[in-house]
Amino acid sequence: MSPEPFLGTTSHSPVRHHILSVLVENKAGVLARIAGLFARRGFNIYSLAVAPSEGHARFSRVTIVVDAESAPLEQIVGQLDKLVNVVAITDLAPSDAVERELLLATIVTDTANRTPLLDLLANAGAAIVDVDPGAVTVMLAGTPRACDELERSLETFSGVEIHRTGRVALPRLGEPAPK
Amino acid sequence: MQLSGAAALIKSLEQQGVDTVFGLPGGAILPVYDPLIDSTIRHILVRHEQGAGHMAEGYSLATGRPGVAIVTSGPGATNIVTPIANAHMDSTPLVVITGQVATGMIGTDAFQECDITGITMGITKHNFLIQSAQEIPRVVAAAFHLATTGRPGPVLIDVPKDVAQSMMDWWYPASVDEYDLPGYRPEVPLDEDALARAVALIGQSERPVLYVGGGTLKSNAAKELIAFAERTRMPVVTTLMARGAFPDSHELHLGMPGMHGVYAAVMAIQKSDLLISLGARFDDRVTGKTSSFAAGAKVIHVDIDRAEFNKIRRVDVALQSNIGNALQALDAAGAAPKSLDPWWQQLRHWQAQYPLVYDEPTTDGPLRPQHVIEAIAKKAEPGSIVTSGVGQHQMWAAQFWPFEEPGTWINSGGAGTMGFGVPAAIGAKVGRPDRTVWCIDGDGCFQMTAQELVTARAEGIPIKVAILNNAYLGMVRQWQEMFYEERYSEVYLSADLPDYVKWAEAMGCVGLRATNLKEMHDVIDEANTINDVPVVIDFRTDATEKVFPMVAAGASNDDLMVHPSQRAGA
Repeated sequence: MSPEPFLGTTSHSPVRHHILSVLVENKAGVLARIAGLFARRGFNIYSLAVAPSEGHARFSRVTIVVDAESAPLEQIVGQLDKLVNVVAITDLAPSDAVERELLLATIVTDTANRTPLLDLLANAGAAIVDVDPGAVTVMLAGTPRACDELERSLETFSGVEIHRTGRVALPRLGEPAPK
Repeated sequence: MQLSGAAALIKSLEQQGVDTVFGLPGGAILPVYDPLIDSTIRHILVRHEQGAGHMAEGYSLATGRPGVAIVTSGPGATNIVTPIANAHMDSTPLVVITGQVATGMIGTDAFQECDITGITMGITKHNFLIQSAQEIPRVVAAAFHLATTGRPGPVLIDVPKDVAQSMMDWWYPASVDEYDLPGYRPEVPLDEDALARAVALIGQSERPVLYVGGGTLKSNAAKELIAFAERTRMPVVTTLMARGAFPDSHELHLGMPGMHGVYAAVMAIQKSDLLISLGARFDDRVTGKTSSFAAGAKVIHVDIDRAEFNKIRRVDVALQSNIGNALQALDAAGAAPKSLDPWWQQLRHWQAQYPLVYDEPTTDGPLRPQHVIEAIAKKAEPGSIVTSGVGQHQMWAAQFWPFEEPGTWINSGGAGTMGFGVPAAIGAKVGRPDRTVWCIDGDGCFQMTAQELVTARAEGIPIKVAILNNAYLGMVRQWQEMFYEERYSEVYLSADLPDYVKWAEAMGCVGLRATNLKEMHDVIDEANTINDVPVVIDFRTDATEKVFPMVAAGASNDDLMVHPSQRAGA
């Protein structure tokens, strides 16, 4: 079975990815410490999402999708854990995680493409969040795969601008999937 | 009690028991230097900030306590980057305080501004940019805690000028709970399951080796090491960073492994069936080509830093612990190998066949550098401390000086920082004034930091410096001779320029020179009578001497080249 494609195009997808859900102190420079560590140790980051965590300003949660081919996961986690501002690391295999991502896309519209576009959006479960006479902005909150599929579908339209947030993830509830 | 941030900083250092700081003032750090006048802390005024950093390292490595340096912003801060990187590589606890431009000026390219927390992010264990005077006690306490616990290392505190000048209500954190370090857990409980597997592996082994690294010294585990080694009769090798962790005179000690290691120590590892790594990190200078390093050995890796496990070498058992605790636990569990008699027979054979040797000294000179080191060592008081720079002289010192106790060998291992020796010797002597401190230096290294002899003289720090003057960047010359067809590119320095005796005298030190055997003995004797001012000796040594044994870079340790006199047909 071919590995699950993600992050848009398969050409950029790591063969083996892992999701690190990292609780960090919400202090100046913490993101630079994480990025700097990955850069100097030669670990690849595929996506990264940061936001304040669990309702208080003291901590943030950083969701990092790492390429477990670029370095052993044990090394990445071990080095990351040495950063003093890193409080906790949860390593999520894709099979053990609920992953979601947000995609925003603006598409130039005309009378010819409006109908197929609306059909496509309805099928994908995407919502229209902004319109003007010549364009529409749509949103999809879904699995990375759903975002990949929508992105690929939109390739047939011209004048498309896409922004994706990178994924966030939490452990799947219940028993972890057998390895 | 209301204090300025600067006064709070100095008072916090006093709270930490700091007795000495090494530094050099400047604009942004000016406020901090004012309360220093009234403090009990001794300040050593250096001539270059790099000197302050290496002195702090020397102080720390000689005493086991963290070294402290204070410098100003901008170039003051960047000048101490090399010692910080050096301390990071060798896990030496340092607290470095840098001045910073006022908070309102940060980010504006102000005079002597530089982003020193950004620059040192990758070469400190952690760093802080202080935001308000009120947090100074907490940050200082946290910095010392971080520097000295777990895997030690350098911590930098950047202090903006306006923060140092503003007022705060004095307080001091009563315990670690108030340090605000929610993500820092330096110690973990010993994994009993891993311990049991280690005991089992030891029980099956017939050719074990205790591969002792700098972590053994950092965790003060020399006593536990001797107890464990003597009970199990396992052979011991001590890496460059661990010289002194186990007495060289001990019958179980094979010496230093690695690129310039003792033959028996290198081969013991190569042919071992169980390697027990105690605070070592499988550095490339020890392993040579990793795929053929101890290829038949199982590995038990004991380290406080879990990121070292499986970094270079796949291990069979990883034991996250400080070294002393792990050895005590292994002892308590009765870990013991099978009979080691056949193994010791083999090891004794290697020791007898390939001891460390060098060519017979000639009477008229030039001097043999190894012989100079042995002559100094023979006439040195027991417990003398030795520092070195980086290169041939460092390797010879590590090979030929007999180290008997922790804290007596101070060098730059991981970073390989030329110029480390003189300032490190000054720092060591400040920390251990009761000990004789020799710096075994090379002529190339000496020229990089020898301005600190002025500091040594001015502050009354009587170190002894032996320059093994072969007029070359000797280690580079050795590689050019052996691997670049004797094409000597930019390695000649001249034995007479500078005139090292005059250099010493100009800096208020005694300068001596030895060109032959008689002079060598005379100047060593003379140096040993001088205890009030620094002494510098210019030993004229043979430029063609090379460090042996040697494993070529990237080669297998199996292909260790012994001294030419020990080779077949010699």
